[in-house]
Amino acid sequence: MTVTEPTTEQTDVEATDVPQAQADELVTDEVLVEEISIDGMCGVY
Amino acid sequence: MSTTPKTPPLVEQLKGGLDAPICLTWELTYACNLACVHCLSSSGRRDPDELSTAEAKDLVDQLAALQVFYVNIGGGEPMLRKDFFDIVEHSVTNGVGVKFSTNGTYLDRAAAERLVELPYLDVQISLDGMTPEVNDAVRGEGSHAKAVAAMGHLRDVGFEDFKISIVCTRHNVDQLDEFKALADDHGAQLRITRLRPSGRGVDSYHDLRLTNPQQRQVFHWILDHPDVLTGDSFFHLNALTTEIGGPNLPGLNMCGAGRVVCLIDPVGDVYACPFVIHDEFLAGNVRDEGGFARVWRGSALFTELREPTSAGACASCGSYDACQGGCMATKFFTGLPLDGPDPDCIHGHADDALAGVAAGSVPRPSQDHSRPGAVVPVSLTRKR
Amino acid sequence: MPPFDPEAPYRLSPRVGLRPEPFGALAYHYDTRRLVFLKSPDLVDLVRALEQHASAGAAIDAVVAPAAARRPAYVTALASLCESGVVEPLEPAA
Repeated sequence: MTVTEPTTEQTDVEATDVPQAQADELVTDEVLVEEISIDGMCGVY
Repeated sequence: MSTTPKTPPLVEQLKGGLDAPICLTWELTYACNLACVHCLSSSGRRDPDELSTAEAKDLVDQLAALQVFYVNIGGGEPMLRKDFFDIVEHSVTNGVGVKFSTNGTYLDRAAAERLVELPYLDVQISLDGMTPEVNDAVRGEGSHAKAVAAMGHLRDVGFEDFKISIVCTRHNVDQLDEFKALADDHGAQLRITRLRPSGRGVDSYHDLRLTNPQQRQVFHWILDHPDVLTGDSFFHLNALTTEIGGPNLPGLNMCGAGRVVCLIDPVGDVYACPFVIHDEFLAGNVRDEGGFARVWRGSALFTELREPTSAGACASCGSYDACQGGCMATKFFTGLPLDGPDPDCIHGHADDALAGVAAGSVPRPSQDHSRPGAVVPVSLTRKR
Repeated sequence: MPPFDPEAPYRLSPRVGLRPEPFGALAYHYDTRRLVFLKSPDLVDLVRALEQHASAGAAIDAVVAPAAARRPAYVTALASLCESGVVEPLEPAA
């Protein structure tokens, strides 16, 4: 694992997954792709 | 730590609206052969000012130019339009997929054979009970048989993965496993959605709405059946995740109205969503200059809906991040303030306010297309 | 479908509608009906550039080169997009 700066794409899930003390030392996995069901938005028949 | 500002999470960006909807609901007609007691569009009689065939095709072209990915066509009963296939075929051949909702009355073998040949087309059959007793009490005598016949035709022509869509009510919530089996038997996908007090639903809501224990039952059932669709319509129940410490229901978990989806009605009026067909939520009309794009991007209503909202009266509740304060339409048509809890708040935070709403003071739908003298379904008085 | 291989060439699937957004893009696969959010403009540029490179890895190096530390995130992203059919293997010329 490499130490890296957290980037602006850091998700909230990643930020809360580890104790703060270790957060700076872990790779920040940016989740750049998110899939949603086409039926997954409210306000459609 | 980075000193650059954080990019907001995706959902927060979607709440700010997009340049075009991801998808939308398009009611083709207010005409309908049925008179369901909970019809969100109060359908029955055709409006004489419906979009013409040319206007409908032009609207499709506008949506294609915006790259709206698909439209959910409904009504009333969309197959009652003589140009139904014209409009659908124009849409699927021009890059806008179609899923249409139907009660199945006009989906005979010939129609099924025509539909199965069309690309980028999906069908959704409406059903609200596994038996005529439960279904027809809401949808009218003979409606169960018609829906099941349509499903059979779709299966017989090899139409894969059509949808069977149920509005969850107090009277059908114990039939969910049977609905799932029905869908499986037909090679179809089950979809269950939340009842809102919209259209004729304003009057039938209190007889049909789920009780608190039934809401919990549905929440857990959905989690146990991840292949069942919900249209993200139960996101208010994510308030339960703070109790059980579990995952949210699958979906964007936000109100999409005016932000990522909207409704276009048979006369071209654009509303925030199909559950708020009311002047308060009317954004404009596609016949106005600038067409649909101008309404979607520039209307005062949608601009307002895309502004950040505060938790309001829900601020002190730990569940707000999960449930977002529930459904705007449901609050509006029960006379509750939009910046407070949903009437079906699973923690009961709206119970007192709901009890305090004066009878007869809740907003009525702005229009009623019901057919006078339409047969009233079987009494809803039940032993349960 | 074979697993994603960064040494192989890929392209944006012609069955996909890619719609740019301020946060990146929406990708809708018309055949599978899957809807995917691409959450960075760099990823969108990468996806569009795939076809011009001999391998996905080369495309990543060319498009997101200055941020080499983020390379694994882009490999993961392309693998996801391959699984959902948004990108597909590019058959080598005969």
